[in-house]
Amino acid sequence: MKVYLDNAATTKLDPRVLKKMEPYFMKEYGNASSIHDLGQNAFQDLIKAKEKVAKLIGGETNGVIFTSGATEANNLIIKGVALANRNEKKNKIIVSSIEHPCVMESAKFLARAGFKVEFIPVNSEGLIEAKELEKLIDKETILVSVMAVNNEIGTIQDIAALAKIAHAHGAYFHTDAVQAIPYLKLDVKKMGIDFLSLSAHKFYGPKGVGAAYVNRQIKIQPQIIGGGQEDGLRAGTYNLPGIIGLAEALELAYKERDIYLKKVTALRDYFWQKIQQEIPELKLNGSLKKRVPANLNIMFGYIEGEAILMDLSYKGVYVSTGSACSASDLRASYVLKSMGLDKNFLNSNIRFSLGRFNNKEGIDYTIRALKATVKRLRSFSPIN
Amino acid sequence: MALNYTKKTLDNFLKPKNVGKINKPDGYAQIGNMVCGDQLDFFLKVEKGKIKDVKFLSFGCASNIATASVLTEKVKGMTIAEAKKYPWQKVVAELGGLPNQKVHCSIMAVDGLKKAIADYEKSLTVKPVASKKGAVSKQKPTPKKNLTIKKKTPVKKK
Ligand code: FES
Repeated sequence: MKVYLDNAATTKLDPRVLKKMEPYFMKEYGNASSIHDLGQNAFQDLIKAKEKVAKLIGGETNGVIFTSGATEANNLIIKGVALANRNEKKNKIIVSSIEHPCVMESAKFLARAGFKVEFIPVNSEGLIEAKELEKLIDKETILVSVMAVNNEIGTIQDIAALAKIAHAHGAYFHTDAVQAIPYLKLDVKKMGIDFLSLSAHKFYGPKGVGAAYVNRQIKIQPQIIGGGQEDGLRAGTYNLPGIIGLAEALELAYKERDIYLKKVTALRDYFWQKIQQEIPELKLNGSLKKRVPANLNIMFGYIEGEAILMDLSYKGVYVSTGSACSASDLRASYVLKSMGLDKNFLNSNIRFSLGRFNNKEGIDYTIRALKATVKRLRSFSPIN
Repeated sequence: MALNYTKKTLDNFLKPKNVGKINKPDGYAQIGNMVCGDQLDFFLKVEKGKIKDVKFLSFGCASNIATASVLTEKVKGMTIAEAKKYPWQKVVAELGGLPNQKVHCSIMAVDGLKKAIADYEKSLTVKPVASKKGAVSKQKPTPKKNLTIKKKTPVKKK
């Protein structure tokens, strides 16, 4: 049996999404920038996709910029907004200490370029407290960036409240919402979000396509320049199949949100309850309440995360230690570190991320596999 | 996952040889790596200058377990002098290679074994009160319990 519990790393493409994408490879292959009919048809479909996305997140159609993924969207927004709005009085950006590496690295890039960069700490639950942002923010601040849902521990931040604080100090607000679909209902205007990033493959869309939502009243410096696509904000031929796929996947995610949330919450709760009964000495990382129902990040005492992962993988259960991008990085998760996790616990963590295609049978199998894995590895651990 | 372990590495990870403890070992050492946080404990039994038995415990990644497994297999029966010289490169070769970022696991295993041998050799120079060797005051402290989950964090809360 194979059980895929790494949906926060990527998801399987929904066959319905694939079907929508198909015509754009062989039939509607026109370049949306071409003036002839084939090109203009593609352009019309591009605009429709933008409208769809804009509607689903409560934004303006011309604010939707398609990118190659969230990494590019985050680079564009963090660097682009900071660089375009820098002046003698404003030279600072603030990001949370548990952001995805693409935000972290963009922030560090800006620090090297002379910007002041501050990191908002999180509490032991993995949550950002408003007062911590209050401490750091000032008139100098250009941009505040806080992810809506964390990729490793699934905690949900109070984005609207943080955006309000940013605006009260004359700063703009960005949220990386990659892990938030469809768990949070997004309404950029109501929530005070100036900038937002998305990635299609996290919600059953194709890989290689994402979106940056930008408030077009605010200056932003493009990071990829060339043929002037996306109103000059992001050059490069429009990836029509991908864009169509993203819009369709996003629409399906919200259309089926209620049923999905019910299902995944029930599965996750069952899973969590069961493993607490079956496996001793484990601990959940991050708040259980303020967390998306698809995520469990669990510390298994006395044994090492990668060993657990490999042993489970051999049994056909696919999970990750922290985030998939850090799989080849030996260092312990900075997300867990910044929550103040005891250093003895830092290397014993597994992220289970459930999704649309999981079922109870798979979870039951996982529990059995996990029990055997933990037992085996603990049998020769030096620390029990 | 960007880790391409060989079949041999996986086999040794899934069915490691020589895991466990040796009571009253002639040599014992614990070694850890600050960067990855992994740890290995080695226990030695020495007879007539040869490694009669060697066992290990691991808090570590798959290749940490696999390298300790092949290393202990290889040095069992060797003289102390031979075992001390057993290079990590041979451990890597024995496994059919290791991913780059995992080569340090084999180095750590070899260093840990050397440390256990050094511990054994030290016990030879420091004359114990008891005359019989082997039953020496080599009562090594069992590795520290440094996890106190139960006390610190009520596991089944919430
Ligand atoms: S990763 Fe450090 S010992 Fe394996």
